[in-house]
Formats: sequence, structure tokens, C-alpha cells
Amino acid sequence: MIALDQLTVKNGGFTIADVSLTIPTGSYGVLMGKTGCGKSTILEAVCGLKPVSAGRVCIMGEDVTERKPAERGIGYVPQDGALFSTMTVRDHLAFALRIRGYGRGAVQTRIGELAGLLGLEKLLDRKPHGLSGGESQRVALGRALSFEPRILCLDEPLSALDHDTRLEMCALLETLKTRFSVTVLHVTHDRNEATRLADLIFEVGDHGVQALENEW
Amino acid sequence: MIARKTENPRSHRVRSDGPFYLGLGILGGVYVFLILAVLVADMAFLVVPEKGASGPNPFLKALASPEIRYSIKLSLISCSITTILSLWVSVPIGYVMSRFRFIGKSFIDSVLDIPIVLPPLVIGLSLLILFSSGPGMWFEGLFHGVTGTRITYAIPGVILAQFMVACAFAVRTMRATFDEISPRREQVAQTLGCSRGQAFWMVALPEARRGLVVAATLAWARSLGEFGPILVFAGATRLKTEVMSTSVFLLMSVGDVEAAVAVSMIMIVAAVGVLVLVRLMGSERYVR
Repeated sequence: MIALDQLTVKNGGFTIADVSLTIPTGSYGVLMGKTGCGKSTILEAVCGLKPVSAGRVCIMGEDVTERKPAERGIGYVPQDGALFSTMTVRDHLAFALRIRGYGRGAVQTRIGELAGLLGLEKLLDRKPHGLSGGESQRVALGRALSFEPRILCLDEPLSALDHDTRLEMCALLETLKTRFSVTVLHVTHDRNEATRLADLIFEVGDHGVQALENEW
Repeated sequence: MIARKTENPRSHRVRSDGPFYLGLGILGGVYVFLILAVLVADMAFLVVPEKGASGPNPFLKALASPEIRYSIKLSLISCSITTILSLWVSVPIGYVMSRFRFIGKSFIDSVLDIPIVLPPLVIGLSLLILFSSGPGMWFEGLFHGVTGTRITYAIPGVILAQFMVACAFAVRTMRATFDEISPRREQVAQTLGCSRGQAFWMVALPEARRGLVVAATLAWARSLGEFGPILVFAGATRLKTEVMSTSVFLLMSVGDVEAAVAVSMIMIVAAVGVLVLVRLMGSERYVR
């Protein structure tokens, strides 16, 4: 579960105030809004990457407002993927596990699972500069899922992709949604994407964040 | 003017690009030619003997002298130590200046530029004044007690004089390098379980390796050419604090131009060698 309680976040000269929303465990929540409305800032605050000036962030019932990003157990996929240019796809998938001190065998098994799930088997030894936009986003998603987080935060993961690749990625996200009980917070400005994937839709507007019905 | 207005705009005649390309070629070409001409002249001076001159090749003659051999050795060792020290200092400074906002940042930013804008001779003199002040003498005494060698007019002085200038260039390079690397990647690493320190060592620093190579080259090349501060702060004692640039100066001052050019050639070869090495290491094939 992700619960934001009257959250206020400052980003430079811009403040987004009094955000409250709840995404139940296993649900897919989409946060919508125009470019520049602060939806990515909210997502970064959930991940612990932006300091919170008031309010609380609760993950699975625990108050994590003061916790470091590393302690929150959130898989984060930023808009541009932000892959590590010096590492291979394999290293990306192993990164979080190596940090946690997993053994070689366990890491290999998990890489195999993720590569199968995301269709990365043939790309494992490539570096990011040799990947297409869709492949990069699949690697970023695999890296975020690698340590089996309870929460997944996706910041416009499909916005830089062409139409066909976006449909493929949408299908992949639907698969993840049905196969795993991960709770998702997905930020987008695309209504189609939102209605296709969401269990819950929230809209960031001039009067704060409002829950919308998903009218599919 | 009336006639111009009635002209058909579609019949506008586009000017030739020739003069533009010619201008670019001439202005740029003059400088490239000058650099190459200087190198060729140096080589010709050593290879083609002067009329009436006899005896061994000036290059070999210079290399045979123990003083010159010492200065080459000291130059190579001191430049390498300076480079390592510069990297140790410039990486954290560059990272802090690129990633953090704090009170007094613009002041520190200006301070870091001082060694670049100050005349090198003034840096040497300022070091000398610092080390003849009370705290400076106390520190030198402490250093002497621990290592058994002094700083002023000794090898540590050579390295310190080189470091003062070379490090400023390394700092600039490392800051620009970290500015170009999106902090987003370190943030992702943090969400994956890294502390800030781990994100730096595992993600930011490997991403910055091209900048590290450039910073190291700049620091090495600056220290190789350092002259004024070394002369003032460490002196030019033969077989003690004489580096290649001071050798050139000493040889010129006694009128031994041939030997001076020979030592210069060694410096040119060393500098060009480092440049080529960096280009090779910095090429896409190696970096990616």
C-alpha cells in the first residue's frame, strides 16, 4: 500500500501542497496531470529523492517519510531510463542483488528469470548505447524489479517510445500487473495509457490531487 | 531601391559558400601550421648539423649528461605524483561543486579559479612567503621531522609548486564532467539500495572515467611545463630540484641552445605521447 497524507513537497521555487492519496496493496495507481504540474515531484518524494516539507509518506502501513531511498524498497523507473552507461544489461539486473550481498548462483537465477520475463535474453551482454528505446525501458524495468520490491514507481516510462513499442510495453506492464502482487504508482500525461492500465486514477490539478473513476 | 522592391523574391541569388569556407580554412589553418612548423623547426635544428659543427648528436650529448638525466627523471616522477595528488583532490571538489548547493559556494568557486588566473611566478612567490611565515615554518618543521626532507628548495617543493597550478585545471575538468552526468543515475542507484557513497563509487565515478583521464592528462601536462613557481619556490639546484623546464632555462642562459632544444624535444615527445595515449583511451571504443 502507498498512502500519502497531506504531503507538501518543494521543488525549487515550486510547491505542491496537501497531496493525499491511497493505493491499496496490489493495485495499479496512475497519477495524471499536465506537464509541469508536479506529478513527477510527488513520485520522487515517494521514492525519497525529494525532501518532504510537511505530511507523511506511508509504505505498507509504515511511515517512511524520513527514511533514505535505499531503505524504502521501491523499484524506480525514471522517464529516460537512466541506465548506467558503463554496465551491461546483466550488470543492471544484478546491481541491486549484489548490493544486498546475494550469492553468485542466486543472482544468476534471478537474471535468468527477469531476462525471460522481459525478453532480454539476447541483450544481456550489451551496454546501454546499443539498445533501442523500448529495450532500454525494459532493462530499466528489470533493474527496478530485480530485488522484488513491494512498490514500483514508474515516471512516464512510455512517453519517449514510438507507438508500436508503447503498445508492447503496455502489454508487458499488464502482464506484470496480473502476475505479481506489486503495488504500482505510474505517472503519465496520456489518458489512454491511464485507462488501459489503471485500477485507480488520480489527477493533479489546480486544486490538488483528485481521485477519478476509471471509466473503461 | 525601387528596382529592388519590384524584383521577384523567388529569383533571389544565393551567395557562394566559397569565401566562408576559405575564411574558416585560412584562419584555422594558420594556427595549425604554426604549431606544426614549430615542431618541425625543433627537429630540423637537431637533425641538420650547423655549418662547421662537428661532434656527437646534441640529442645524445644532452642525454649523456647526468644532470639532464636527473632532471628528466625528476620531471617524470614529480609530474606523476602531482597528477595522482590532483586527482585525489579534484574528484571530491568537482563532485561537491557539481552536486551540492551550500552557502558560500560561489565564493569557493571563485577561489578555485585563483591558481588559473594568477601569474605562475606569483604563485611561487606566494608559496615562498607562506612557508617563511610562522605557521608555514612550523608545518615545514613537522614535515621535516616526519619525512626527513624539507619542502622549500627541495623535491616536495617542486611537487607542491606543480600541484598548486595543475590541480586547479583538474578541478575544472572534474566539475564539468560531473555536471554532464545526470544525478538521476545516482538517484536510481540509491533506490536500488546504495548509500550516497556507494552510488558515487559504483555509478558516478565509473561514468566519469573519461573526465578522469582528461583531468589526469591536463594535470600531468601542466606540471611538466611548470617553471616559474618551481624556480622561485624550489630553486634550480642541479641534481636536486632541477626539472626539465628549469634545465631548458639553465642551458639557454649559458648559451647552450643545442642542449636546450634537445631537452625541449624530450618534453615535446613526452607531452605528445601522453596526448596520443589519452586520445586512444578516450576513443569511443575504449570508453563505451
